[in-house]
Amino acid sequence: MKLLVLLAILLLIIAGHQLLRIIELSRGLKKTKEWELTNSDNNTMGKGMLIFMFAFFAFFFWQVVRWKDRALPESASEHGFKIDWLWDVNMNFIVIPVFLITNFFLFWFAYKYRGNTNNKATFFAHSNKLEMLWTIIPAVALAFIIIFGLKYWNEIMDDAKDPNKITIELYAKQFDWSARYTGKDGKLGTTDYRQISGGNSVGLDTNDVLCNDDIIVKDEFHIPIGREIELLMRSRDVIHSAYLPHFRAQMNCVPGLVTAFKFKPVKTTEEMRKDPYVIQMMKGINDQRAKFGKEPVLFDYLLLCNKICGASHYGMQMNIVVESEKDYNAWLAKQATFKKVASK
Amino acid sequence: MGTKHTATLEHEHATHHDHAHDHDEHHETFVSKYIFSMDHKMISRQFLITAVIMACVAMTMSVIFRMQLAWPGEKFAFVNALLGDKWAKDGILDPNMYLALVTIHGTIMVFMVLTGGLSGTFANLLIPYQIGARDMASGFLNMLSYWFFFASSAIMLASCFIEDGPASGGWTIYPPLSALPEAMPGSKLGMTMWLVSMAIFIVSSLLGGLNYIITVINLRTKGMKMTRMPLTVWAFLITAILGVLSFPVLFSCALLLIFDRSMGTSFYLSDIYIGGRPLDNVGGSPILFEHLFWFLGHPEVYIVLLPALGITSEVISTMARKPIFGYRAMIGSMLAIGFLSFIVWGHHMYMTGMNPFLGSVFVFTTLLIAIPSAVKAFNYITTLWKGNVQYTPAMLFSIGLVSSFISGGVTGIILADSALDINVHDTYFVVAHFHIVMGLSAIFGMFAGVYHWFPKMFLRMMNKKLGYLHFWITFIAAYGVFFPQHFLGLAGVPRRYYTNSNFPMFDNLVDINEICTVFAIIGALGQLVFLFNFFYSIFRGDKAPQNPWNSNTLEWTTPVANIHGNWPGKLPVVHRWAYDYSKPGQNEDFVPQTVPLADGEHDGGEH
Repeated sequence: MKLLVLLAILLLIIAGHQLLRIIELSRGLKKTKEWELTNSDNNTMGKGMLIFMFAFFAFFFWQVVRWKDRALPESASEHGFKIDWLWDVNMNFIVIPVFLITNFFLFWFAYKYRGNTNNKATFFAHSNKLEMLWTIIPAVALAFIIIFGLKYWNEIMDDAKDPNKITIELYAKQFDWSARYTGKDGKLGTTDYRQISGGNSVGLDTNDVLCNDDIIVKDEFHIPIGREIELLMRSRDVIHSAYLPHFRAQMNCVPGLVTAFKFKPVKTTEEMRKDPYVIQMMKGINDQRAKFGKEPVLFDYLLLCNKICGASHYGMQMNIVVESEKDYNAWLAKQATFKKVASK
Repeated sequence: MGTKHTATLEHEHATHHDHAHDHDEHHETFVSKYIFSMDHKMISRQFLITAVIMACVAMTMSVIFRMQLAWPGEKFAFVNALLGDKWAKDGILDPNMYLALVTIHGTIMVFMVLTGGLSGTFANLLIPYQIGARDMASGFLNMLSYWFFFASSAIMLASCFIEDGPASGGWTIYPPLSALPEAMPGSKLGMTMWLVSMAIFIVSSLLGGLNYIITVINLRTKGMKMTRMPLTVWAFLITAILGVLSFPVLFSCALLLIFDRSMGTSFYLSDIYIGGRPLDNVGGSPILFEHLFWFLGHPEVYIVLLPALGITSEVISTMARKPIFGYRAMIGSMLAIGFLSFIVWGHHMYMTGMNPFLGSVFVFTTLLIAIPSAVKAFNYITTLWKGNVQYTPAMLFSIGLVSSFISGGVTGIILADSALDINVHDTYFVVAHFHIVMGLSAIFGMFAGVYHWFPKMFLRMMNKKLGYLHFWITFIAAYGVFFPQHFLGLAGVPRRYYTNSNFPMFDNLVDINEICTVFAIIGALGQLVFLFNFFYSIFRGDKAPQNPWNSNTLEWTTPVANIHGNWPGKLPVVHRWAYDYSKPGQNEDFVPQTVPLADGEHDGGEH
């Protein structure tokens, strides 16, 4: 087999060599040099630029329309609506128009002023007015972006101040997540990475009594709708990133540090499953899964790892269930405390 | 005014030098001419050919991991043939090798191809040629610069053949992942080799950069004022300054990582439990690493981009047969971009746990960069306006660059805004953004440079029709690969996932990944056209005339031969700026810089 491939390559090279000789010989007969530009070259390439522009824009709009049910659904957290609004304003009024208009001028001029031996270019070296114009316009647009961006950023990244907040610690390690709840005392116990062991996977300080009623869960964690959730994050080994795309939330988990992000969920998992957009999106997912021969699935909120952390980075995720406060309390009551698990 | 210049002395000196060279020619051996050459033109060609080889390696890697992303779990005989049974059993890529390929692809492309290759090739070729110098200020350091680059590339390639595989923590090599051998196989010997390779690369970059700066400042010929220099030289000068100021920081960053890895220090490590035991390291922070890394990392983006923009400025002006629009604004923008690039590194770190207030400052400075960038883009477009555009392959690639610079640049506005970055940070939206704005723009600039200055480098012409074919395949495929990736980002797909089919969330994106991969394969095959054209034309292309593009700059006044000292006899004297194309009152549509100003004629775009 390998011999055949080699033989085929060898034959191709010989054929190519012969072809080249023919081309070289025939080129010798022509008077003009191959590399010299002709009006026809400029004409073809100039038109090519215009055709490309149409194709490029068509491709762009085709993607927008065709993949309109692929983007993340509407935000499921309160602050996420601000992000989505700002995103839409930026995209629809600045990014996409600038992309289309400047590319249009570029390709239009490339077409319109394609070279011809009869033409002469206009000597036009600078214009303070024009340059002023396109310094000031971007500056004004950017001022808008900066002002709104920073306003929202400061609100989103502010400390969690809601007295009614629920604090949950996300703990990352290669390659899974756990979530720790405060338990009845409302406080997370202190930690000590030297005490990590099979029965103490997140490294709680067993000398601290506050740890006893802490609840640690894996694979899935629950949060109630409408309450401010303060996520504190730690990592056992390398940098991970807690990415909760549906809630427009993300923060790195850094060994040696505790990082934080707060959000308020506004839609339960059940509500999301009934959302028309989500139904449409899930249909796309399940159609593809049918092609793979896999089971259909329902929508679930996910926590993903979004910082390269090793071989199984791609498989590091955890389900999130958003539910009513009543269901949440019932679920939490069923979870074993740290002390109970440790004493087993 | 403007004709007096300190270069007169060197000018005299160099003329004497010349006679010595005539003598030298006879003693040149193969080794001194082709291997340990101190001639800027030979060093330039050495850089280019090394970069072409490295680019082929990095591109092949990208095809392999793109195929994994489109068709996870499929068996590909050619993947097995390239990687062997250990890394691709039955032709299915191993997850560790996937990360290794992503890492080495990024490292080679950013450092070896677009930093070493692009600056090394064109700064070496064009600085002495375009300012009218006999050679670089120090030919010896220049030679060392190439050989350090070669050693660095060789070590990086060699690291792909070791037992545990090459470095695989991403090209940003964040510790602790890269610091702890227990974290992944790629953090063993492969990571050490990566760091050694990078340290050597930094030496190469500094030697080259210092040389470029000194040459531009000291060796300009008579009449070559700073404000008469072609924009290429300005771009290389600013690039070199950025490199000299930022690469030492990467060196310290890498050095501390080496200490953490092999000497038990804790600069970047704290509170870690790995491999079944707690480590002793406390008190360090990976965030320190990120600051140090991105203090180079962001200027690096412009180290990659500015030379490409410089090349494009020159090509667009020459081929539109018009002066570049806003010459001084172009210089000003480049200086502004260069300065700002040092105070924006934190925009890579909004989500790292860095103080959010610090993030706010970086939002402000980062968005400021959009202003000079916009000025540049608009100036390019205005240069085309009412031009007489000559479509050489170099011109096609230059227009391609302006397009990708715009298309990739506008999404930067989104990513610079920390509030919007929250949800697309480290997703494919970022991958799409930086590949288009930095990857495509820089590689298009590099292609433009190769097609445009090939006649000066190899004294022969490249084939135009193959150049056209190469451009259209590359341009279409490049957008085809990266544009759809924005949509993956909008769906929340994280970067560096071995497969997106491990859990259901991204199953509806399979066809987008397939589109990207199909275009990637087409684009990669399209480069065969370039490779053929390139190597064929070196040996059998049409003989080049002295000034094939009717260009104004000094390199086209040299004879069609590679001679030491570039100009036989005296150095040319410069009388005007480089952009007198289609100037009213002239017979030809170009006026070389060596032509004296007529009575009452103004320089610098006035008329």
